[in-house]
Amino acid sequence: MTSLSPTGDAVALAGDGQRTATRINASTRWSVLTGAAAYALLPWYLLEGSFFSTAWMADWPLGKGGSGLALGLLGGAWQLVPILIPLIVGLWALTMNKDNPRLSQTLIAAGAGGLALMIIEGFAIRHAGWGFDFLKTLTGWEGPRQGGMGFGAFFVAGSFLVMLCHGLAYRGYCRGDVFIVTSIGAIIALIGVFVFMPIIAVLQSAFLDLDGRFAPAEFVTKFLDSSIWGLDCLAGGVRCGVAWNTLFLGVLVGVMTTALGLAFALIATRTGFKAKGALRLLSVLPIITPPFVIGLALILLFGRSGVASTFLSDWFDIPPSRWIYGLPGVLIAQMLAFTPIAFLVLIGVVQGISPALEEATQTLRATRWTTFRTVTWPLMRPGVANAFLLGFVESMADFGNPLVLGGNFEVLSTKIFFAVVGAAVDPGKAAVLAIILLAFTLAAFWLQNSWLGKKNYTTVTGKGDSGLPQPLPRRIAILSYGTAIPWAILTIVVYVIIFVGGFVRTMGRDYTPTLIHYLTAFRIEQTDHGLFFSGSAWNSLFTTLEVAAVSAPLTAAIGILTAWLLTRNRFAGQRFFEFGTMLSFAIPGTVVGVSYILAFNIPPIELTGGGLILIICFVFRNMPVGVRSGIAGLSQLDKSLDEASLTLGARSFTTLRRVVLPLLRPAIVASLVYSFVRAMTAVSAVIFLVSAEYNLATNYIVGRVEAGEFGLAIAYSSALIVIMIAAIALIQFFVGERKLGRRGANEVVVGAG
Amino acid sequence: MSRNGPASVEFRNVSKLYGGVTAVNDVSFTIEPGTLVTLLGPSGCGKTTTLRLIAGLEMATSGQIIIGGRDVTNLSASERDVSMVFQSYALFPHMSVLDNVAYGPSVSGEPKQKAHAMAREKLELVGLKGFEKRMPSELSGGQQQRVAVARALVLEPQVLLFDEPLSNLDAKLRRRVREDIRRLQRDLNLTVAYVTHDQEEALAVSDRVIVMSNAAIAQSGTPRELYEQPASLFVADFIGDSNIVPIEIESVSGDRAVALYGEARFELPSRGAKPGAAKLGLRPDAINLSAAAAPDALPGRILHAAYLGKHMEYTVLAGGAELFVVDRRVKQPLAVGDETNLTFDRDGMTVLPA
Repeated sequence: MTSLSPTGDAVALAGDGQRTATRINASTRWSVLTGAAAYALLPWYLLEGSFFSTAWMADWPLGKGGSGLALGLLGGAWQLVPILIPLIVGLWALTMNKDNPRLSQTLIAAGAGGLALMIIEGFAIRHAGWGFDFLKTLTGWEGPRQGGMGFGAFFVAGSFLVMLCHGLAYRGYCRGDVFIVTSIGAIIALIGVFVFMPIIAVLQSAFLDLDGRFAPAEFVTKFLDSSIWGLDCLAGGVRCGVAWNTLFLGVLVGVMTTALGLAFALIATRTGFKAKGALRLLSVLPIITPPFVIGLALILLFGRSGVASTFLSDWFDIPPSRWIYGLPGVLIAQMLAFTPIAFLVLIGVVQGISPALEEATQTLRATRWTTFRTVTWPLMRPGVANAFLLGFVESMADFGNPLVLGGNFEVLSTKIFFAVVGAAVDPGKAAVLAIILLAFTLAAFWLQNSWLGKKNYTTVTGKGDSGLPQPLPRRIAILSYGTAIPWAILTIVVYVIIFVGGFVRTMGRDYTPTLIHYLTAFRIEQTDHGLFFSGSAWNSLFTTLEVAAVSAPLTAAIGILTAWLLTRNRFAGQRFFEFGTMLSFAIPGTVVGVSYILAFNIPPIELTGGGLILIICFVFRNMPVGVRSGIAGLSQLDKSLDEASLTLGARSFTTLRRVVLPLLRPAIVASLVYSFVRAMTAVSAVIFLVSAEYNLATNYIVGRVEAGEFGLAIAYSSALIVIMIAAIALIQFFVGERKLGRRGANEVVVGAG
Repeated sequence: MSRNGPASVEFRNVSKLYGGVTAVNDVSFTIEPGTLVTLLGPSGCGKTTTLRLIAGLEMATSGQIIIGGRDVTNLSASERDVSMVFQSYALFPHMSVLDNVAYGPSVSGEPKQKAHAMAREKLELVGLKGFEKRMPSELSGGQQQRVAVARALVLEPQVLLFDEPLSNLDAKLRRRVREDIRRLQRDLNLTVAYVTHDQEEALAVSDRVIVMSNAAIAQSGTPRELYEQPASLFVADFIGDSNIVPIEIESVSGDRAVALYGEARFELPSRGAKPGAAKLGLRPDAINLSAAAAPDALPGRILHAAYLGKHMEYTVLAGGAELFVVDRRVKQPLAVGDETNLTFDRDGMTVLPA
């Protein structure tokens, strides 16, 4: 726990300035003592009620809230006794001087040994006996049982981690900086537990049969199942495999969003189009719109009793049909949702092409069309491919729209969901589907990095570039306007529906203005006991705000700390560290959801059903954005600012706090806003993790849609959008100024949704 | 000046590797307390890495670094009693001048009052009294540099480091600032290590110069030793330009050698040379051009001539080599194609190991 504390650093320069190098850091001492105290006093296992409920204190130090020491020595939990040894070794290390060469070895041995013991102990003995089959055969019984790790175990594990990291620092690792080594250790541990462990759980579960035995043959059967890879639709059959559906949809969405995004980008940069501000707004709105809300608006427009459908049947006798449910609906919804992303990527690309290059071709007597064909387009091509890949990945990861609009058209993300919560629960199948989906998105990201990474013709230089962008060739301009304008109109209509829908009785049938939907959702009653939030939405809204408000600063903090570690320090295994922090970006939300259920439903780490797992899920899913905006911000800060601070006697933590963070405000705002918005709008991962007690707004809305209560759903959705706008304004106000717009275009980072 | 007086800096067989690349290779030297020592060399020679090793911004891969008698090899930058003035000055843009200078004492736990008092004292020392409230962006380049110096001095470090401090200043200011730095170093009796790639700057400010090349020390000594007694072709060429010409050592007796260059024969200090082929370092201003023939003169022809106001620069073909010659007599310039006779000042000639 003391890992991030600067205590002990302040001693350094006090007094006559001559440091006392012999004494061990106070932070080391405190963390070892905390670990020992936690082992001796705190409840080792997860408590059923709250820590403050005091119910666990009844039989203390034994019983349900018993400490590791008491349970181990007296309570029959003999597996906890060996942990005492590394703790004693750690305490023994405290008696050594800093100059003692054995100090670092002792600390490393205590930390590494303690962590290893806890991992072995945690996985070997689960809630239903032995965790490993060979132990059952070896001992001939089911084995002892134990619950999930609680406060005691958490603090002891943290203490071992700190011992290990401080030991490494005393050996001179990372310039001997205790804070840096401990931060790296903590982030590696967190990523290991919350990114890699769930993925391993998915892989493991895919290879196990229902009895939990290793069954690779069954994996192959599941993997090659015709419901996944079938090609019936080509042979005139009813439907194709879900993998083909997903790929087909992804390619369509990728192509269409790129074409639309390019059209908008060209109009915004290369024409005299007046309402560029409106274009910006249209591009920002979908980012703060929960993804499925667009699907919902489409139902209200084109569903059987939608506004447009009713209009067509009343005036042109075209009978309403269910065409919107299926591929067309999902496609339109995803295009509406993801075109802005393509736009933001492509506007950066188009602006990045130096006008001087085009001017050069014109002085060489090329026509505008030739210039576009031979210079502008080839320079844009890598960016266009990038936009395509992003659209492709977003489409595959999208869960809300296929859920709301899919009908019989199944994609991987919804199929995973139904394999977990549907009539036939089959975690193995969900795991196999998740592996396929993960393979698709990872392949797309790999392509993006390895192939596009080398082909990036960035032409923005530090030199001032006084050239003017060339106007578009006529045929391109016509094409762009022809694509963009109808689309912009559709987008506007969709948003009008979203904001109007909540204020009429029933969209498409009864346009009587009413506040009934808002009242159902957000009623507040004055009772004898004060205000009573009786509206049906309050519960989920409060939870959502709480979770978003807690996870946003955590995401920003861990993201920016990671960015700082990556850019300002050199350490062994840095590339792998970077890969680990970025990995969660490529994992689709549904896969995260499944993996968290598989990994954290049972001891040693039992989190499902609580609010904490929602926060953890958001923090590690959105962390890569914090990392990227942090890296972008830090790369604009001269590294010698940090070094100047270090040579003036400031420790790395002080440097981070007093020099780096004040200068990184834009990056902090960006990651705060992003993680807040993502936490408010996410559906895919958390739909697996919500519980009756901890329900989230998006999940509640999806439930209303499935129940056909469209008015309530749309009213709640528009309320969410307004809340997010207000929250963003608030963050900007408190954390600091940020020039929006100019830099934003080049810094779009989008993850699997 | 420094709390503990100026300290010595000692490198014992220090190496620094980045992956497979050697940035500093088995370097040993000692900087005596209270002296200004320059690390001089072309870019990429390892001089800045050496400076950063002293500061603790880089950690040695092997070897020992000792500052003031204390082994600091494994201490981080913030644990060493060393301050640094950065090439880019690295002033904190979000802090005022006063806060910048007071940063050191304030992060080491001094109360704000005292930190500010210490900062004011040092700002006065560098002549920036009255600028306390300004932000760094409101200062000129020279003023920013003085703030950086004040900030580095405020903790009264045992060792002060300068990383190319003049490189961001215009030519006219450079001479004055380097004199200021030298005066400050003498007045306050500081141990200073100073990195530059400009040999003139190095000769002007240093007590001793350490010339580095390819991650190792090529030669170290006083400015005069380096100029007059270069130990290698590299040093002869790098310090104050030299024409390097092939010669033949005919005979060696004691510490004198007889060398043959073209048709001219000289007796020179042998500097350990053996009879046979060798090289001769010839300073451009040690070559005299005259129309009259002399017994030991070498005939030559002007290939190129340029007028530079204070002096003429010629390229002369003589003895089978092209020589770069600086001639102070601008009133009677020679023209391209003129035949001339070359004579040489003995103290501008150095026999070099081949």
